[in-house]
Amino acid sequence: MSGEAPLIPATIAERFSGGIDDLGFAHGVHAFAAPSGMIVDLCRFLKENTTLRFDFLSDICGVDHYPDTPRYEAVYHLYSLANKWRIRIKCGLGDPPRVPSVTGVWRTANWHEREAWDMYGIRFEGHPDLRRIYMWEGFEGFPQRKDFPLRGYKDTLNPFGAEGPPPTQPDLATKDIP
Amino acid sequence: MTEVTELSRPTGEALDTKEVLLNLGPQHPSTHGVLRLVLELDGEYVARVDPHIGYLHRGTEKLAESFTYTQIFPLTDRLDYLCPPSNNLAFALAVEKLLGIEAPIRAQYIRVLMAELARISGHLLITGALPMDLGAMTALVYAMREREMIMDLLEMISGARMHTSFCRVGGVREDLPDGFFPKIREFCDIFPNRIRDYERLVENNRVFLKRTQGIGVISAEDGIDLGLSGPNLRASGVDWDIRRDEPYEIYDRLAFNVITRDEGDCYARWRCRVEEMRESVRIIEQCLDQMPEGPFQIDMPTIAFPVDKDRVHCSMEALIQHFDLSAYGFKVPKGEVYSAIEAPKGELGFYIISDGSQKPFRMKVRAPSFVNLQGLFGVSNARYLADMIAVLGSLDPVMAEVDK
Repeated sequence: MSGEAPLIPATIAERFSGGIDDLGFAHGVHAFAAPSGMIVDLCRFLKENTTLRFDFLSDICGVDHYPDTPRYEAVYHLYSLANKWRIRIKCGLGDPPRVPSVTGVWRTANWHEREAWDMYGIRFEGHPDLRRIYMWEGFEGFPQRKDFPLRGYKDTLNPFGAEGPPPTQPDLATKDIP
Repeated sequence: MTEVTELSRPTGEALDTKEVLLNLGPQHPSTHGVLRLVLELDGEYVARVDPHIGYLHRGTEKLAESFTYTQIFPLTDRLDYLCPPSNNLAFALAVEKLLGIEAPIRAQYIRVLMAELARISGHLLITGALPMDLGAMTALVYAMREREMIMDLLEMISGARMHTSFCRVGGVREDLPDGFFPKIREFCDIFPNRIRDYERLVENNRVFLKRTQGIGVISAEDGIDLGLSGPNLRASGVDWDIRRDEPYEIYDRLAFNVITRDEGDCYARWRCRVEEMRESVRIIEQCLDQMPEGPFQIDMPTIAFPVDKDRVHCSMEALIQHFDLSAYGFKVPKGEVYSAIEAPKGELGFYIISDGSQKPFRMKVRAPSFVNLQGLFGVSNARYLADMIAVLGSLDPVMAEVDK
């Protein structure tokens, strides 16, 4: 892993005065916290800035911090092919979780965001095709949330599942978005 | 169905045809395992492609949250089942970073050696499978013969042929067995000639060349935009290898070339992997030459079982630690880490959030095959249905890793 690059927080602070918190450098990755409203601007800036050149989106990851608040988090891992730097952007999300999609910045975000939607129910606004990716159409609930039982809910196909109906989320349609 | 990718129709006279939806898979022999491609066909031309995945989804990430760190190793084996040692290594490195420890040098050599054997084993499959997808069965049979040698070597080391689970946090499970060095030296002597054989089998096969050269071109920009990594991206001319650019373990002590090609077509992706097998053999030979004597596991009884069992038998503290470690596992300090290695398929990353307990709070696998499969949307000129097979084969997805 490459060493710490003080240029990264300086460049970000110069462009986004305040708003982006520097969470420090650990294990080869510099971490930042950004509000969800700024995520697209920040990503576009990081990708297009000629010094930083974070042109490669490694991963988007959903996290459920139940029962803490803010409960959800979208975590972005970016890599700069030219500078060999890695950064992490953490984006705390309320309940129900919503965050603008970065599919307009990187096409690879498409499946990562579909996965986070499928597993955590994080709604990526502006995603062109936000369907479930692993679970089948019509599946109820979001399996990787902390309050979703490990063995799922009991039904005819799953006799070992937990008792009780799946939690209903009136605010969020758990069905596929047409 | 939503529009996924629009492929241009070749010019020339065309009859009016009706668009047809075709399900390719999930059990079609020419798809790699349980993948279903919904193709919208305009005659024989592919208008859109929509991959449906998840048929092999086992919820590895969710399961990991209920397992101790040592118990997770067998789960990682089952991601890319063609090369479990790489997956083990990636996970062990991530946990070791959180713990702030490093495996002893000998263990690092053993891990790298196994990871490179795994790389050869993974690449051998596509070396044979891509020609097989395109109708040339022979290469696969020969590739499997050599893969068998690697299986035997892995069995010699770990006792298991496929799911080795040989890495441990802080080292490896055991030292290399007696008689291993002559066996692997024999393999290193034989194998480069066998690579030459595959090349001679396939390289002059006009059907194979016609169906792969210039087909399924992915440009470097598209490859980066779609998040491709590993040989798939290097075949498009992007000179990026995590082994060299962010060296982990002892890769900085080894000399090897990073293979790149400029064409970005199916043939280049296949070719990259064949060349990489040669480099892997070089790496293995250097590992054998350089490997020092020494411990194969870190000397920390709270994390790894002591090698010297007398300590457990004679000391009460050691016995308690041994019991504690086997019953509850070890605690990992609070924090988060993203650690990536160059797996055979590309960037394999583990993002682990620890809450200070014996089990990860969240473990995310950045699976290279999952992302590489999106390369289907980046091909610029796979027009025919038959080209899709070549493109899919050359992207080399392992569905167990795609579906996690």
